[in-house]
Amino acid sequence: MELVEAIILAILAASTPLLIAATGELVTERSGVLNLGVEGMMIVGAACGFAGAWLTGSIFIGALFGIVAGTLMSLVFALMTLGLAVNQVATGLALTILGIGLSGLIGAGFVGERITPAAHLTIPGLTDIPLIGRVLYGEDAFVYFSVALIVGVWWFLYRTRAGLILRACGDNHVSAHALGYPVLRIRTFAVMFGGACAGLAGAYLPLAYTPFFIPGMTAGRGWIALALVVFSSWRPGRLVIGAYLFGAVTILQLHAQGWGVGIPSQFMSALPYLATVIVLVLLSRARTGGSTAPAALGTVFVPDR
Amino acid sequence: MRKSLLALAAGLLLAGSVGAASAAEKLKVGFIYLGPIGDLGWTYQHDLARQALVKELGDKIETTYLENVPEGPDAERSIEQLVRAGNKLIFTTSFGYMDPTLKVAKKYPNVHFEHATGYKRNPNMSTYSAKWYQGRYIQGLIAAKMSKSGVLGYIGSFPIPEVVSGINATMLAAQTINPNIKVKIIWANTWFDPGKEADAAKALIDQGADVIMQHTDSPAAMQIASERGKLAFGQDSEMIKFGPKTQLTSILDTWGPYYIERVKAELAGTWKSEDTWGGLDSHMFAMAPYTNMPDDVKKMAEDAQAAITAGKLHPFKCPIVGQDGKPVECKGGDHLDDGQILGMNFYVKGIDDKLPGK
Repeated sequence: MELVEAIILAILAASTPLLIAATGELVTERSGVLNLGVEGMMIVGAACGFAGAWLTGSIFIGALFGIVAGTLMSLVFALMTLGLAVNQVATGLALTILGIGLSGLIGAGFVGERITPAAHLTIPGLTDIPLIGRVLYGEDAFVYFSVALIVGVWWFLYRTRAGLILRACGDNHVSAHALGYPVLRIRTFAVMFGGACAGLAGAYLPLAYTPFFIPGMTAGRGWIALALVVFSSWRPGRLVIGAYLFGAVTILQLHAQGWGVGIPSQFMSALPYLATVIVLVLLSRARTGGSTAPAALGTVFVPDR
Repeated sequence: MRKSLLALAAGLLLAGSVGAASAAEKLKVGFIYLGPIGDLGWTYQHDLARQALVKELGDKIETTYLENVPEGPDAERSIEQLVRAGNKLIFTTSFGYMDPTLKVAKKYPNVHFEHATGYKRNPNMSTYSAKWYQGRYIQGLIAAKMSKSGVLGYIGSFPIPEVVSGINATMLAAQTINPNIKVKIIWANTWFDPGKEADAAKALIDQGADVIMQHTDSPAAMQIASERGKLAFGQDSEMIKFGPKTQLTSILDTWGPYYIERVKAELAGTWKSEDTWGGLDSHMFAMAPYTNMPDDVKKMAEDAQAAITAGKLHPFKCPIVGQDGKPVECKGGDHLDDGQILGMNFYVKGIDDKLPGK
């Protein structure tokens, strides 16, 4: 029983950065912008988040630093792709390369330092319930926030007028523009939201997961977040399932190795990506139900003034 | 605006990747690094050695390094870049640079190359590596003494001979203390992913391991072991900062003396292509102080280290029995020969796991 609880705890921790980053990217893509720079924004968020926490001693301020850093990175992206109508794919890739270099520069002075990781909730009585106590009542603030975040995004996208307008920009920016909506401004906010989430997801790593900063510590999680958005077919509900599924595969394959289950570890490491491909195939085959990409995703929009 | 942004970005990238000192008429020595120098592991130790080199011979040489150079064909351009910048001796510090280094070496016969941990050589290309399995043997002794559960946790990077021989050396040593010792092995399939290494450490501890050993590069596993109140060994560099009450010892890569020796040979004009595979006796690596263990265990570790250094104890002393129960052919007299260790692709008896790809 203790082992099951430990595994669930590890899965939640491994899934949280993926969920936060993917939630942000989902909103960005729903507005019609493809930002491939998630990895770059995450790693800068990690460096700045650690710097903030180390300098002030506060995990909360560290998280804020991460959010601000990710947002600033995304503003560079917004300036290029929305302001100057540069190709989104190329800019996103460049943003990742820039982020990796920049984070090394920012973090250089903090390598080898360590901080006290984010505190876990304890409610006497509740946290001690076997099996579910620590899972439900003993997580760190990031885990609870990530759940609130995706619920909030779902509510925003499907239950508010602003969410409807944002989705309209993503599906047909010409019509949205003709109706008088400020497409580029809306997209800028969506990109900034994506950046803030990526920054926070990056900051989660040195603030709660492994409480130190090392260049390159995001190790590809930004790319997994991007795959997750596709996996979810741009729907918040499926995104939650996907994020925990990816986290579960990551953790369970490690346990399977420890138990000596005879499946090659290389194959299990590849499982999340394989799952994404399979889902894509299934989606393209299922004509009904499966929501496809926002129609205007990745296309440049220059309003005719 | 766009131009200045690009220039700024280019400037930042350059600042992050190239460090150079300047002076004329000095021997130029170049280094290719796999990771960032701040990785606190593999690349960090190579750079410490470079700094030691500069300290020792700084008035006669000038060093340049390129960090974050990916392995594979792309490395070729980086190595050539160092050649064109006038470097006469170039150290390429990761296994994956083997073929690119050889290719560039054949193209520029007047430049000397030193490749770490590979096996291909040329008249102007040497190789160098360290017998880390000796350190793993000492760790195995300590681990078996310190483990209460009798289960060791081992985080591997890739199932290559260097890592496999480390696991075998650990277990052969541990079995001399506790014949029933178990090891749980998790392959991370990466050298560097702090999150994944931490997850692997958590999984091992959750499955009952109480001493964690790693052959991956970040201090994440050490930090998790520390959080859970278990014990662990560092990797490549001193990691005690991440587990003051956790680290038992660490295998420290100490390339400094070798780099100084090779550069001195270059300066004297006596450099020639060689294959160096040094152990504790030639100071290619060192053991971090033995900490967080009782005095008798510490003494045992020190004695073993002294015996290995003096050549009295060989970790792969025959007879060695494979997983199939059959003794392994003994090509080196009373121990396995270097070729068998460098190409090791089997587990010894007592490892209750299957080697990937076998």
